Amino acid sequence: MPIKTVKNAAGRFVPLEINGQPVIPFKGVGKHKPGGRKYAPPVPTCSDYPDDGNKVVSTLEEALRKCGLCDGMTISTHHHLRDGDLVSNKIFELASAMGTKGLVWFPSASFPCNDPVIRYLDDGTVNRIEGSMNGPLGRYVSEGKMEGTAVLRSHGGRVQAIQDGEVKIDIAVLAAPSADPFGNAKGTGGPSACGVIGYAKADYMYASKVIVVTDNLVDFPCFPMEIEGTYVDYVVVVDKIGIPDKIVSGTTQITRSPDRLLIADLTASFLEKSGILKDGITMQAGAGGTSLAIAVFVHEILKNKGWKSKFGFGGSTKYMVKMLEEGQMGYILDAQVFDLDSVRSIEENVNHIPYPVFNAYNYHSKGNLTSMMDIMILGATEVDLNFNGNVVTHSDGYLLHGIGGWQNCLHARNVILPIPLFRDRIPVIVDEVTTLCGPGELIDVIITERGIAINPLRQDLIDSVKGSGLPLKTLRELKDEAERICGVPQKPHFEDDIVAAIKWVDGTVIDVVRKIKAM
Amino acid sequence: MKKNIAVAGNSGPKVRSDCEILLELKSDGGITIDLISKVKVLYGESIKNLINEILDLFGIEHARVKITDTGALPFVLAARMESAIKQLISTDLEYLPEFLTINNYSTTRERFRFSRLYLPGNAPGLMINAGLHSADGIILDLEDSVAPSKKDEARILVRNALRQISFNGAERMVRINQGEMGLEDLNFVIPHNVNLILIPKCESPEYVKQVERKIGTIRKKFNISNQVYLMPIIESALGVENSFDIALGSDNVVALAIGLEDYTADLGVARTIEGNESLYARSRIVVAAKAARIQPIDSVFSDVADTDALKNNVKTSKALGFEGMGCIHPRQISVIKQGFAPDRSEIEKSEKIVMAFEEARKKGLGVVALGSKMIDPPVVARAQKIIDLAVSLNLISGDWINEVRSLEN
Repeated sequence: MPIKTVKNAAGRFVPLEINGQPVIPFKGVGKHKPGGRKYAPPVPTCSDYPDDGNKVVSTLEEALRKCGLCDGMTISTHHHLRDGDLVSNKIFELASAMGTKGLVWFPSASFPCNDPVIRYLDDGTVNRIEGSMNGPLGRYVSEGKMEGTAVLRSHGGRVQAIQDGEVKIDIAVLAAPSADPFGNAKGTGGPSACGVIGYAKADYMYASKVIVVTDNLVDFPCFPMEIEGTYVDYVVVVDKIGIPDKIVSGTTQITRSPDRLLIADLTASFLEKSGILKDGITMQAGAGGTSLAIAVFVHEILKNKGWKSKFGFGGSTKYMVKMLEEGQMGYILDAQVFDLDSVRSIEENVNHIPYPVFNAYNYHSKGNLTSMMDIMILGATEVDLNFNGNVVTHSDGYLLHGIGGWQNCLHARNVILPIPLFRDRIPVIVDEVTTLCGPGELIDVIITERGIAINPLRQDLIDSVKGSGLPLKTLRELKDEAERICGVPQKPHFEDDIVAAIKWVDGTVIDVVRKIKAM
Repeated sequence: MKKNIAVAGNSGPKVRSDCEILLELKSDGGITIDLISKVKVLYGESIKNLINEILDLFGIEHARVKITDTGALPFVLAARMESAIKQLISTDLEYLPEFLTINNYSTTRERFRFSRLYLPGNAPGLMINAGLHSADGIILDLEDSVAPSKKDEARILVRNALRQISFNGAERMVRINQGEMGLEDLNFVIPHNVNLILIPKCESPEYVKQVERKIGTIRKKFNISNQVYLMPIIESALGVENSFDIALGSDNVVALAIGLEDYTADLGVARTIEGNESLYARSRIVVAAKAARIQPIDSVFSDVADTDALKNNVKTSKALGFEGMGCIHPRQISVIKQGFAPDRSEIEKSEKIVMAFEEARKKGLGVVALGSKMIDPPVVARAQKIIDLAVSLNLISGDWINEVRSLEN
């Protein structure tokens, strides 16, 4: 049966219902006014909890049983343990053994280490994942093998969905590097330190039941707590919540690729020559090799000019920490920590401050940190001639990445995408993005190794670099150049079935991903 | 039994932008193409069409082709296919991809050759964006960076690269092999607009002349008007002894380079950072080149990660009289270019000298003085050379005299 779809404000055809729940098609940036009241979890009473504050139960299975795990529940996890996460898979292994069916897994992100969840999608324990799909999980979804429809949200969209009650978390299972018996928990200390655990904030505040899982039980109070024990139902102590060297990298490294270094160099030049980079700027860049190189080059410029960045928003890395420690950055506000230098810094430097995405990215709140940022460095798998961006699928149509904070970050003053013009033979600039994740009106500059394209909506930026000697081109010129080198690609073939919905930051549906047609 | 299976190209977990093609000639059954590619959805059809077109050109009607592709561009796929075919069939036919008209430029004797980037001749992934890094020259290398078993396929790949890749105005160079093999290399590259041929391990002016003659024959056959310059590389004690004669070996020799890995090996000494063991050879090359009015070019610096050591190396090199250096990584290019270019204080000093000379000339004075110091004619000549260099590198404007004067007023 063909699915009924309507054309949304971005011109994409999206359904009015996903997984049996009504959804709102995208209306345009800033157009959807939510109304109503925030969701609230059930009211608890102290009489149900031990007076001595000891909420420790012996196993995760027991905790899940006590939380009343049953068919169709929504289970949430955070991704601070990244590719070293040993907790998420365990939940579904237990649920499968308990015979539970039709669960919804609602992670803040998934990693290759979560691929075993495919087994529990196959056996019906899990109906669907609402979160990022990477690698094999994305392939599984794209081939139409998941029973439910995936829902992809940005980090901010995820907390918005929790707050607004679009997603009601039945049980939040929150891994914590340190926790006390009452449930206070933090991201530092113990063998599995990951720095911060801010992604868990909306989960513990809004879930009906909260389980904290730790491998480092400390005496009360676990301080400074990022998870507050008054929200926590049970604490489980296990041998290991994660594999340390897969949680944070020993050290993050700037790219060695000559082409990426060239892109980073061009980006730094652009920032300098356009006047965007100045004393007191605020900035955010990711942990990818190119972003790190940009951070290094920007640091050099700040140092040479005697300037200082007011604050940086992390994903923190040693390069950002270096700016903080050498005096070119006032504060690091941190949502996640990528390497050991950053873990050390957040433990010892009072100006390196945990800052949950709940406070930074939630569009249904009274202001976002992202719109206060001057410089935002982001990536994309595709950008089209209207500057629209795609970060979830590749040009071959397969779902391969999550949205992360990308959509939220588009609200910064200057959104800059340093991307290679083609990856191996795959052009990045296309006529129309395979999947729309971010509207072009929010994307300002595309920087490739073969030229810089500025969004015509940003005449101010175009004027600022006139006569600068930077290689300015139009997106069409860049696209033609890529196609001259690579050839004009064919389009992938899709079936009608919708396998995933892409939410915008306000909870509306901006696009969908369709099932790949088997060739 | 006649060989009927051939393999060309590269594949493996670390290989990108390349492909491996297995070709099996058959007696019947038509053409079957088995394509494993990360870009199959996007380019599957066009890859198959290209392969069929090439098989058709070589008159192959029955074959099994297996392609393991990691995003090879069409000119790479074509080169690999042609190499596989030529292992099985003896033919003079060539499948030539389109020659980009943008690649049809010539260079001059005097142009700067501060930095020239070496690219291994059988590694297409490194070639595609090589022109973006602003090297003065790009060297497609057929010699040491290509394994002996891959020499044939590298020639075809380099040929296709010369036709299809834009190096953004960099001087288009090829390093050929030594001896007979080097002369044979010329057949593959000269018809596709090469600006300069590097002659490795050159020990005699006779070999330079041989290369020169061979190039002449090919240029005549293909009616090529663009000049092909020569840069012999001196890499042995005998080469050093004969360096002046080599420099004069042909009018088309525009530079003399030194290769220190082989030179130190020839001497039986270790190559050190300080380079005392090669000081004589380097100075000898500089003198030979300057005497022959051509450019002396220094050896590559192999520690890619150590930018500071490279900077020092360039400083020494420039002080000895060298006018350029080879690069083995794009990151070295800007360091080398900046190192060989005149610095701010050199330019300012030269500006003062040249202006003082102009003043003296206007006043009809025979002697040039700067403050209380007399300036000899060679000092003026050197200052003028530095100014010319600075102007051509866009470090100062052509109208620098008036700009300096307006600042003074």
